[in-house]
Formats: sequence, C-alpha cells, structure tokens
Amino acid sequence: MMLRLAPALIVTLLVAPILAGLAMAVLPAFGYLPALGGTEFSLAPWRDLFAQPGLARSVTVSFVSGLATTVVSLTVVLLFLASASGSRLDRWIRRMVSPLLSIPHAAAAFGLAFLIAPSGLISRLISPGLTGWERPPDALIVQDPWGLSLMAGLVIKEIPFLLLMSLAALPQLDPERRVAMARSLGYRPTIAWLKVVAPALYPLIRLPVYAVIAYATAVVDVALILGPTLPPTLSVSILAWFNDPDLSRRFMASAGAVLQLGITAAALVVWWCLERGVACLGRRWVARGGRQRGEQPLRLAGKGLILIATLTAFVGIGSLALNSVAGFWRFPDALPQGFTATHWIRALPSLTGPVASTVIIAAASTLIALALTLAALENEQRTGRHPAQGRLLSALGLLYLPLIVPQIAFLFGLVVVMESLGSRPNHGLVIFGHLLFVLPYVFLSLSESYRRLDPRWSQLGRTLGSSPNAVFWRVRLPLLLAPILTACAVGLAVSIGQYLPTQLLGAGRVPTVTTEAVALASGGNRRAIGVWAMVQASLPLVGFIIAVGLPRLLWAKRRGMRGSP
Amino acid sequence: MTHHHLEIDSLRIALDGNVLLELDAHIGPGEILTVMGPSGSGKSTLLAWLAGFLAGDFEASGHAHLDGRDITHLPAEQRGIGLLFQDPLLFPHLSVAGNLRFGMPRATRDKPRQVETALEQIGLAGFGDRDPATLSGGQKARVALMRLLLSRPCAVLLDEPFSKLDTHLRQEMRQLVFTQLRQAGLPSLLVTHDRDDAASAGGKVIELTH
Ligand SMILES: Nc1ncnc2c1ncn2[C@@H]1O[C@H](COP(=O)(O)OP(=O)(O)OP(=O)(O)O)[C@@H](O)[C@H]1O
Ligand SMILES: [Mg+2]
Repeated sequence: MMLRLAPALIVTLLVAPILAGLAMAVLPAFGYLPALGGTEFSLAPWRDLFAQPGLARSVTVSFVSGLATTVVSLTVVLLFLASASGSRLDRWIRRMVSPLLSIPHAAAAFGLAFLIAPSGLISRLISPGLTGWERPPDALIVQDPWGLSLMAGLVIKEIPFLLLMSLAALPQLDPERRVAMARSLGYRPTIAWLKVVAPALYPLIRLPVYAVIAYATAVVDVALILGPTLPPTLSVSILAWFNDPDLSRRFMASAGAVLQLGITAAALVVWWCLERGVACLGRRWVARGGRQRGEQPLRLAGKGLILIATLTAFVGIGSLALNSVAGFWRFPDALPQGFTATHWIRALPSLTGPVASTVIIAAASTLIALALTLAALENEQRTGRHPAQGRLLSALGLLYLPLIVPQIAFLFGLVVVMESLGSRPNHGLVIFGHLLFVLPYVFLSLSESYRRLDPRWSQLGRTLGSSPNAVFWRVRLPLLLAPILTACAVGLAVSIGQYLPTQLLGAGRVPTVTTEAVALASGGNRRAIGVWAMVQASLPLVGFIIAVGLPRLLWAKRRGMRGSP
Repeated sequence: MTHHHLEIDSLRIALDGNVLLELDAHIGPGEILTVMGPSGSGKSTLLAWLAGFLAGDFEASGHAHLDGRDITHLPAEQRGIGLLFQDPLLFPHLSVAGNLRFGMPRATRDKPRQVETALEQIGLAGFGDRDPATLSGGQKARVALMRLLLSRPCAVLLDEPFSKLDTHLRQEMRQLVFTQLRQAGLPSLLVTHDRDDAASAGGKVIELTH
C-alpha cells in the first residue's frame, strides 16, 4: 500500500515545491506579492533590475562560466576515457572519483583559492626563485573579474561528477568490443574510442551534462568564494537583494530569479545547438576515416588534463589543512615556521553547534530519501513494471528536475510559499529543502544495482516460503547493503555541501558547517577558513569510509559478498 | 511418507496473442515428469507459471492443483512449490547452516539438529559455519538440494539443474537429487535439454514443440 504510493510521492515531492517556488518567483517579479503590499501587476521590478549597475557584466559572467565549465569538464572527461588504457595512473584516477566527488564545492573552492591566490601555495613555491617576489603581488587572481578562477573551481568539481556518470553508463555500451573492432580496422586506440564509443556514450550522460550547465550558470557558494565581486555573478546579486533589509528589494530579486532562469535556459539552448554542430562535424570526422593522426597529442591531453585537475583538488585540500595548523607563515616561505593547534582549539566551541546541525540535517534527509527510494524501487520489482523506455525517460527527467532548474530561481519562491503558509524557518524546513537535492542523487546512485540484482534471488526466497516483505528484509537488503550504503554516503555528501537551501529555508538561523565556512569567505581569515573548510571536507569522507568499511567488516567471512553483487 | 500430487489442467500460455505452450499433466507422489523442448519453447515459462512468477507479458489460462488445492492464483510463498535452479544460488550473506535454515518452516522443532542431520546426509558434516563461497561446485549443489528439501515443499520444479556441472559430477547429482525427491514422495517437474537427464529421471517425457 505504502509502496504503491511511493513513486507518486517522490514525483510530488520533487515537482510540487519547484513549481510552487517558480510561481512565487514569477508573480513578485511582476509586482504581485500581497504580503509585501504588491497587489497590482507592474513592470517596476524589471525596471529596477535593469537599472542595476553592472548587470550586463553579471549576466555575461554567469552565462559564459556555465558554458565554459561544461565544455572544459566534458572534454577532459571524454579525453581521459578515450586515452585510458588500464594503466596504474588510470586506475588511481578512477579510484579517486568518489572521494573527489564527496568534497563539497565550497571546500574545493577554498582549496583552489589557497593554491592560486597571490600569497597562495603556488606563488610561494615559485617565489622568489622564479618570480623575484618578496611580497605577494597585487594581482586579482582569485575573484578575477572574468570569472576564470570561478570556472576553474567548478571544473575541478564537475570532472569527477561527469566521470562517475560516464563510468556508470559505459558498461552497457561494451566499449572494449567496440574499440577492438575499430582497432582491427587500423584505428589507434584513443581515436577509436572517440569515434566509436563517445557518440554512443553522450546520449547516456546528456542529463548529467545539462545538470552541470544549470549548476554552473547559477551556483552561489563557489561564486561567493571564487567569483568576481564588482559586480558579482547574477546568482550572488540575487541573493544579496533577497537578503536586503529593505524588503521591497525582494521584487527586484524575484525579477532577477526569473532572469536567472532565462539565462540557464538560454545556456541550455546554446548547448543544444552546440550539440547539433558537434554531432555534424563529428560525423564528418568519423566518416573521413582518419585512423592515426593526432593519437599522441590526444592521448597526452587525456591523461595530463585530468591529472592536473585531480592534483589541483587534492593539493588544494592539502593547503587548507596546512593553513588550519599554520603558525607564523612569512611570504614567500613554502612552509609555515611552526605548527599550532590554536586555530582548531579556538574554533572548537563554535564548531559543535553547526557540526551537529549538519549531521542531523544530512542524516534525516538521507534517511527519508533512502526510504522513499527503496519503496519506489521495491514497488517496481513487485509490480514487475519495469520502467519502459518512454516512461523511464520521463521519470528520469523528473528526477533531474531539481538539478536542472537553478536553485536560486525556485528556492526563494519556495521561502515565500513557506512564509505564507506560516511555517517558520527551522531544521525541518531545511531538511525538506535538502531532500529535493538528496533524493535524486540517492535514487540515481541506487537504482542501477537494485534493478540489476538477479531476480532469481527473490524468487528463491519466495519458494522457500518467505513473503515479499520477508524477502526484502532477509534477501534484498543484505545483498544490496554495499550499494545502499554508497547511496547513503552520496546523499550525506550532497546534503553536507548544500549552501543555498540551508541559507534560504533556514533564514540564516540554521547554521551548518557549509553556511559558516562560506560566510568566512569575505573575511579572509585564512586560518579559520582552513579549519572550517577542512571540517566541511572531512564530514562527507566519514560517510564514504563507513560505506566502504562497514560491508567489509560485516562480511569479513563472506567471500561471496565482496565485490558488487 | 506423504502423498503429494500435482495436476496441470488445460494450461495455455500465450505471448502477444501467440500460443507459446499448451499442457495437461498429472504428476503423482515420487514421480518425475520431464519436459523437453528447443530453446525458447517456453520451458522456463511453464515453471514460472507453476511457481507463481509469470511475467505480466504472458497471458495464461488453466489451473494447477497441488494435493487437490487450487494454487493457480496463490502467492508464490503459499504454494508449497520448491525450485531448483541451474546455479546453486546459495545466499552469499549467510553461512551454510544459515542457508539451510532459511526455508525451514517456523514451527520446525530443533532446527540445529535437523541442519546437522541434513549436512551429514550429503557428506558435509561440520560444514555448518562455512562460508558458502568456499565450497566446491558439487558441495554447493548438494547444499542447495538440502535447503530445498528442508523447506518441506509439496512439489518440486527443476530448471536444467545439472547443465552447469561437469560430466562426472552431473551423474552423481542426478542420482542424489532423483533418489531424494522419490524418497520424499514429491511430485517433480524437470525441464532439460539433456536426454540423459530424462532417462535417468525415469518418468514420463513430454516434448514441447514450437
Ligand atoms: N519476461 C518476458 N517477457 C517477454 N517475453 C519473455 C519473457 N521471458 C521469456 N520470454 C519469451 O518467452 C519465450 C519462452 O521463453 P523461455 O525462457 O520459457 O524458454 P525456454 O524454453 O526456457 O528456453 P531455454 O531452453 O533457452 O531456457 C521466448 O520466446 C522468450 O523470448
Ligand atoms: Mg529456460
């Protein structure tokens, strides 16, 4: 009974808040918001919006950074997969995907900032030897006006996302056989992969790619850390207007949210045209039949680029750690003169509350998401209704809805809805907000393993006298424990990294490690940032360690449970 | 010894409007009916219908009676029909004893004793705590058989249970399985490609044509 309701519940849960939120962004954008005295439709919010200095620049940076991030990330991932040959380096990078993915965007952004800032680790390593700098140069490297550092910060986080999605989709394409076939026709391996596997892979990762575009055009937390400031990206401006004590600015913020929606949509349309163009050029490239030329540079780029991105992420985290324990650290010394725990000790009292909030919110939203996901998947098994091709697409499309509609465009419409329902900002509301983003990821991460489990296991259980419920608890759950825990770890990581839903639905009164860490961005206290960002980065890692460790511990004496079922 | 019998009454299974198979059969206690036929002729489908797992794409008419009870529309776990697959499918998260205990009816008295006796019967005394993944192919097959018998089914379905075993082991398992099924007085339905299976089962043979 409950099971049969699960799919409908999931769809409602994902779609209704987004539609309501969007509606409550569109109405105020045209002057209608009775709670704030807007009872008549007008274009005033739009006039105010377009009168904002630097709006065109904000819009351009949002739009361009979204597309550029996606182009670069996708290229790096495809080139890597094309050049991957199962070497030790390839395997290492594949293994790094999950931990990289688990690092929250904000922590990765801080790490990058600490690396490339004028007084950052790189500048220290090459000074004064190469540069002759005795003091940090006065250059705007981080938060540069063109958003280059913002794009770099996004790229190092979107690469692991797209890589994981591709690795999950690849097995169904049987890439080894395709490449072997092309190689027998004289194609070099990297070219063969690009010509016979990539065109088949792309349709399978199209939705994740769209999610990247949407995310990158509208991101807030990374833009607060790495993005330009005068003017900031559109999403950051919207947030500032929305939080302005002058409540009438909310009308303009709403117009901004609608504009953001339009920009993301425009980026998606441009991408779609690009897709067409590339497909057309690509077909010609494939048909021309070149087999050898370019193999070496492509191969080098494939390995080199992803290596740079991966190392940047990790060294960035390393420099966070270094900063959090650094004593006096003179420029251009590569290492601090001494190490100290004082930053940690000083931060400890203020850490406990946000850490507890973070953990509670993450655990609650993940558990709810897991229960709904399991119910929907189990319902699918019992009714024998496997998502048909068409329905699969639409169902999947709905799952991606919260990932493709920009957060900023519907979240504060949602806040308005909640306020008008008389709901005060609290943990419950924040958990609900996180659920919108945790649920899709938990579902996407678990559904494949759940559907692929050999149906004979449950048939066997039934013929041995177990009811469907008993089979679920005694057979399916234990057999799927490892993927379930992985899905939980993904859910926890997604929740821990959320900035905007926490900030907006909690009205700033539900501090988590992420909101606190991002709030430090404007201050520039590197030691404190180091501490908070390290905490933020390590919380999700704990989840992944448990997800990997617990099955090993439980099944220490069950060899058949090692490796995926 | 109990006297179970399984009846299949004017069964007709169709897929997309085309009749896949038609069958009438009566299997008495300790009898083994062998069903043979080319690949895709619907052998596994027949077993799925009897066991209660027929996929929604098929349309079936007809009835199955087990000991006079109409089981056609009962849920799988209430039918009293046991299955033996091509693979032993020992639950990898349970020990050997855990596997044997899995299907034992709640009311079974002195389960540990019964498990130990069953293990002795198949020459695996003392193997209860072992990880099933550490057993040999033949040992796994024997545990799977015992797990089936301990669940006290009233009839048994076998879907090419010996096809994955090597020749030597196959002979041995046929002996063991058929003897045990006969001793337990269970009506059994065996699906196979292998004429030797049919000969060794020693019962009636039905050929499905396509
Ligand atoms: N779930 C299903 N949905 C639709 N058609 C199916 C399904 N399962 C099997 N079929 C089709 O039903 C027919 C009978 O399949 P079945 O598995 O019963 O054959 P079989 O006799 O057991 O073959 P084999 O000897 O290869 O095991 C085949 O044509 C098969 O493609
Ligand atoms: Mg079959």
